[in-house]
Amino acid sequence: MSVDKATVEKIASLARIALRDGEAEAFVPELNQILDWVEQLGEVDVTGVEPMTAVIPNTLRLRDDVVDADPLTGGNRRDDVLANAPAAEHGFFGVPKVIE
Amino acid sequence: MTNLTELGVAAIRDGVAGGEFTAVEVAEAFNANVAAASSLNAFIVATPEVAVDAAKAVDAKRAKGEPLGKMGGVPIGMKDLFATKGVQTTAASHILEGFTPQYESTVSQKLWDAGAGMLGKLNLDQFAMGSSNETSYFGNVISPWRRKDGGNAALAPGGSSGGSSAAVAARLAPAATGTDTGGSIRQPAAFTGITGIKPTYGRCSRWGVVAFASSLDQAGPMARDTRDCAIMLEAMAGFDPKDATSLDMPVPEWEAGLNPDMKGKRIGIPREYRMDGMDEDVAKSWDDGIAWMKDAGAEIVDISLPHTKYALPAYYIIAPAEASSNLARYDGVRYGLRDLPDGAGLQDMYAATRADGFGPEVKRRIMIGTYVLSAGFYDAYYNQAQKIRTLIAQDFAKAFEQCDVILAPTCPTAAFALGEKTSDPLAMYLNDVFAVPASLAGLPAMSVPAGMNREGLPLGLQIIGRAFDEQGVLNAGLAIEKAAGFVATPDRWW
Repeated sequence: MSVDKATVEKIASLARIALRDGEAEAFVPELNQILDWVEQLGEVDVTGVEPMTAVIPNTLRLRDDVVDADPLTGGNRRDDVLANAPAAEHGFFGVPKVIE
Repeated sequence: MTNLTELGVAAIRDGVAGGEFTAVEVAEAFNANVAAASSLNAFIVATPEVAVDAAKAVDAKRAKGEPLGKMGGVPIGMKDLFATKGVQTTAASHILEGFTPQYESTVSQKLWDAGAGMLGKLNLDQFAMGSSNETSYFGNVISPWRRKDGGNAALAPGGSSGGSSAAVAARLAPAATGTDTGGSIRQPAAFTGITGIKPTYGRCSRWGVVAFASSLDQAGPMARDTRDCAIMLEAMAGFDPKDATSLDMPVPEWEAGLNPDMKGKRIGIPREYRMDGMDEDVAKSWDDGIAWMKDAGAEIVDISLPHTKYALPAYYIIAPAEASSNLARYDGVRYGLRDLPDGAGLQDMYAATRADGFGPEVKRRIMIGTYVLSAGFYDAYYNQAQKIRTLIAQDFAKAFEQCDVILAPTCPTAAFALGEKTSDPLAMYLNDVFAVPASLAGLPAMSVPAGMNREGLPLGLQIIGRAFDEQGVLNAGLAIEKAAGFVATPDRWW
């Protein structure tokens, strides 16, 4: 499988990365070189092999279903959460107008 | 008087506890070395006052007769991938430039609680993606080492923990934190003649560590020797309910358990790691390591890890796939850079912010990851890679029926020059060919300095152990360390 310029533009759009002039053309051979190389994985017989889901067997824990079970990651941290926002306004994240 | 910056973690801890010198004296000595080494570009931000404040607290505790902690009085460098409250945390990216966390990562908090202090935030490859520290937005880190050929070619300190390796090798810090996704602790340690261990996946909490590939990311210590790594790993490790993959197991006393006697131990030598055209000096250092292990009483066992050649390509599907998902959070809304062109809407703002904020290697990996996860390709790439990951883990499980630890080179070559591999992403990726399999299997693995190549550059040997057997890895590392007697340091030119 190989990618062309249109595919690169589609991937960039999915990844929300704006491409500058000439960037799509530059990505085509780079991505193809990497994709050609990973192609060798197709040689491996994986019949009956389960894909890895957890590298170290571990059971997922549930925290207590209470408000602020962990004060560090719980609620009432609005100012901390907004402290690094580029455009915090009125206690919210500000974004460009979405609805005309 | 002792040159304090020649001391490692254990010597500083013991010297401060014994009153030979104060923690403040140690912090000031390292602060001075950091300030004098700006040409190495190892630090993105130096925090001398933070180091001194932590040292004052340790000295005050000692005056009151209180316990000083496992790392009491030891100043360290913190890889700039760990969130540090009130101190800029960038992952060496433009998109996080100026980001000031309102919280402290679990691992760094544990180190401060153990009496360590912070000398500053260390440079790295952007979002830990790289093997030479050339993808940082804040410039390359220069290795303190130079080839003994009379030339002054600037060499790579390895990556992604290149600031950490350069700082420890150049005596700017007695130890530093690293993170390892596919070799990012071990390869830089090998390149700079220091010691580093990636513990079992889940030993160190990932909470507050900027995420790259979450199923692979593991923090670990980088220091002068095995004992120092054991001490620091004890301080870093431990269960954390805030990380869903944190291991809920007690932290062993690795330092107390150190034992270089290899009698009765079986050392596995994976035949697939002896590749065609292998660097002669690397092959010789591996042979030296095998001979040292025999001398230490070990039995050498030939083992096979048949899927080795597929580990790196599988990694370069899995890691970018996870990265493309993890890095979706950088959107110009909640933190970090926002690029809002005139009249742009929300979608355009996302795309402009990410175009401006990510470097070329980060974009390349996000693009690969997005492609392999996209509709129609998921099974062919991602699912196939995850099945091969299962086979690689099974290879190790079978090998560990025959041996206790595995001995192999850390890297295919010694340090290369900056710029030498930047035009060819694949050549750069191949640096991690020996490091990535253990990452995919979540196993503890360390690099120990084993000797020099003919250019006068350090070479590392890697020890890979069973899951949870950091002790076995550290003990084998100590055996190599004692036999190798590696004491070389870079001549100071900076």
